[in-house]
Amino acid sequence: MSHATTAPHDSHDHAHHPSGILRWLTTTNHKDIGTMYLLFALLMFFVGGAMILAVRVELFQPGLQLMKPELFNQLIGVHALVMIFAALMPAATGFANWQIPLMIGAPDMALPRINNLGFWLLPPAALLLTLPFILALFGIGDGAVATGWTLYAPLSVQGGLGVDFAIFSIHILGISSILGSINVIVTIFNLRAPGMTMMKLPLFAWGWLITAFLLIATIPVLAGAVTMLLTDRHFGTHFFNAAGGGDPILFQHLFWFFGHPEVYILLLPLWGLMPHVLATFSRKPIYGYTAQVYSFIAIGLLSVVVWAHHFFTAGMPVPALLYFMYSTMSISLPLAVLFFCWIATMWKGSMSFETPMLFAQGFIVLFGIAGLTGLVLADVAADAQYHHSYFVVAHFHYALFAGGIMGVMTGVYYWLPKWTGYMIDEKLGKLHFWLTIISFNLTFMPQFFVGLAGMPRRIPDYALQFAEFNAISTVGALILGFSQLLFAYNIWKCMKGDAYGLPKAESRAWEGGESLEWELPSPPPHHSWETPPVIK
Amino acid sequence: MKTTDATDHFARHRHPRATRTQGLLAALAAMLVPGTAMADYTWNFPTPVTPIARDTLKIHNEFMIIIGILFAVVFAIMIYSMVKHRKSVGHAPAKFSGPTGAIQWIWALVPFAILLFIDFVIMGIPAYHAVIDMEDTKTKADMVLKVTGMQWKWQYEYPESGVKFISNMSTPRDQIANKEAKGDHYLLEVDNEVVLPVGKKVRILLTATDVIHTWWVPQFGVKRDAVPGFLRETWVKIEEPGVYRGQCAELCGKDHGFMPVVVRAVPEPEYAAWIEKKKGELAAAAAGADKAWSKDELLAKGKEVYEAQCAVCHQPDGKGMPPAFPALSGSKIVTGPLLSPDGKLLKDSHVDRVLNGKEGTAMQAFRNTLNDVELAAVITYERNALGNSKGDLIQPAQIKALR
Repeated sequence: MSHATTAPHDSHDHAHHPSGILRWLTTTNHKDIGTMYLLFALLMFFVGGAMILAVRVELFQPGLQLMKPELFNQLIGVHALVMIFAALMPAATGFANWQIPLMIGAPDMALPRINNLGFWLLPPAALLLTLPFILALFGIGDGAVATGWTLYAPLSVQGGLGVDFAIFSIHILGISSILGSINVIVTIFNLRAPGMTMMKLPLFAWGWLITAFLLIATIPVLAGAVTMLLTDRHFGTHFFNAAGGGDPILFQHLFWFFGHPEVYILLLPLWGLMPHVLATFSRKPIYGYTAQVYSFIAIGLLSVVVWAHHFFTAGMPVPALLYFMYSTMSISLPLAVLFFCWIATMWKGSMSFETPMLFAQGFIVLFGIAGLTGLVLADVAADAQYHHSYFVVAHFHYALFAGGIMGVMTGVYYWLPKWTGYMIDEKLGKLHFWLTIISFNLTFMPQFFVGLAGMPRRIPDYALQFAEFNAISTVGALILGFSQLLFAYNIWKCMKGDAYGLPKAESRAWEGGESLEWELPSPPPHHSWETPPVIK
Repeated sequence: MKTTDATDHFARHRHPRATRTQGLLAALAAMLVPGTAMADYTWNFPTPVTPIARDTLKIHNEFMIIIGILFAVVFAIMIYSMVKHRKSVGHAPAKFSGPTGAIQWIWALVPFAILLFIDFVIMGIPAYHAVIDMEDTKTKADMVLKVTGMQWKWQYEYPESGVKFISNMSTPRDQIANKEAKGDHYLLEVDNEVVLPVGKKVRILLTATDVIHTWWVPQFGVKRDAVPGFLRETWVKIEEPGVYRGQCAELCGKDHGFMPVVVRAVPEPEYAAWIEKKKGELAAAAAGADKAWSKDELLAKGKEVYEAQCAVCHQPDGKGMPPAFPALSGSKIVTGPLLSPDGKLLKDSHVDRVLNGKEGTAMQAFRNTLNDVELAAVITYERNALGNSKGDLIQPAQIKALR
């Protein structure tokens, strides 16, 4: 091939890629893939949100108004699966794609083609999960998986074709997660800029590294569990059937061996993000870097040995109850270290309260409620009352909405100027923050009380003494849901910054930003860090 | 604290709005004074009536105070910092990135030590004793109650006296569909309450026939899964007579929200009398199996059984909810042969399906839960109503012989 016809190029700033849909199908660029992950997560956040708004409207009053219990059961389970696997996890992977190379001085992710595959597995998986709803409209099957996201056998053995769709969807999502994790690990281990030792690695990358290891350790267990479920359903095995020598509780052990670490899988990248945001807006170095790294590792290790606290009421020997109770309580220790470091990072700083900082601080306070209620849930005796009740629903939404989703929003607002080259609309961002935080508490605070008063979770209709709290909760949920349209609008505005006259972002979009991504222009060139920076 | 409504706390008390607000304010005041009776308000656990529930409430209230203090202290520090250390008041940022010097190390380690103490001493030790107590189902147990969860009702059995019955939700479907005003015990009422003596330690054995259910009465402070194929156990010692209401707490399929638990606790003599009455009813039912029933008698009884046991899935008109719950009207199985010419059970026939259920589906083996008369009646009814008109019938005595 002759080079004579090829135009010489000195700069790699412009992209060499096909245009149109083919660009997005074939891209191996970490920024393109990161963007696709994030937009996919945003879309699925609204899909999962719409499902649960329908549920909340049904629960506005006692009695069945909107839907039959069958559909109710489908919506609650698919809501959870969509939010966890198709919104929160892809959002975190989107962050990893965009930010890990920028923050460690790498030109791209280490395995770009695997990166592309990892993303393009997601849309078919999401389709499989939600397709049974549509099939049911045409009289095929009886709708989506109706067992809750936990898929407990034997209810899931009994279920309709929605369960099979969910099993295959989980397999594909799991493969996607494992590919993403391998990529993160290989990138962090091999592509760090010269001089960046592991103990100089940004905390965001550390959080993601632990998440990646947890995913690789636990996803295969989940895959095994759902495969056993599949063979119980169709091939006459009896893993979960006592009549054939199996045990239904075995499924719960396998599921939660994955399910508990999953909580930290979702949260560790965001715990990694927090110190960056807090340090930036406090204009002060991160406090206790080493302590945070070791806390991440400790939480990662503890997370795989506490799973049975998710089913204390299933009946376990006393020594097992005591072990899982105390080991669960001990997670509060490394977590307290993180809280201490977050607050100490702000302490004696020079704080300003831009939207990302507000979300970070809201995250800390509300996630604090999740942590503290988690501590009491660990108590086996009290758990007998909390378990399976709305108290638990409130607890894990403080962890996964206030911790997870608001953590993701922190990151999006923090990095949008870097990604798009425009500063965010602060006014709109602050409005979004205050609406979110008020309506979130309006939604979930009453659920603690209604749970204590004895309302079980996952019921489509309830006794009359729960009516007031449920009505408040539904009003809160509707405000919360519709407020999120502001979030989408704000992102859209930032992407089309020129049209809305937003100010251009400088390289260091936030005055206090210290990590490597702030050394690059905003937005960074299509190929960045082709010459790695040297870390002293 | 004993109040007039302690016996039936789960009933809704329709306070006028003002009283509710006063109640809430009083409750908020109670929060500020540790140890006062928070339990009388619906935003905490309902009034406990067993030793376990009392312990649990005490532990819970203590924990809530502890985590409330932790929350207040930690975020007071954070808010102080947010007010004082802000750019807009001209605070210059410090440069430290970790503890420097002994004093700062103490500041960093003391909270950690306090948490360690809270986790494993203040919370850990009472929790240990509570667990041991809760799991001790056998010591000095006075009697046994066996609870079997099934979609979507509970079966109760008293092994000592042989009494056994099914407890179904009795709230009319029209109330759920908003066609009729909702009663005071909406969704928390049953046709057959389970009766237990006050002051006796009752060992409760739990199992299930189909999927996992969870037996929960909030005022007892116990919640335990009923796992198919396994026995789980817990215990209660009810201290006050009354009616206590709860419900299934583990998602168990479409009518999970509609399988309440209602326990009536009565003094010992009243309990003994109730057991005798139940025994009499069972004996009468068993005797019924030996007489020959007319078709009209069977149809009348069958309609009653069908509506209580079958209509929830197969629907009152027999049209079912395919594909999960097949129609009985015109069904091949229902309109198939009744028995083999020599009176034996045919595999996958109508009688076989009702008696033995179908594995892997919600269709359960009713031989375990219905008596001979009920089985014969419901089979006869299904074959001659719901749009079917086979014209044949099966006698309770025939069912008895097939068992």
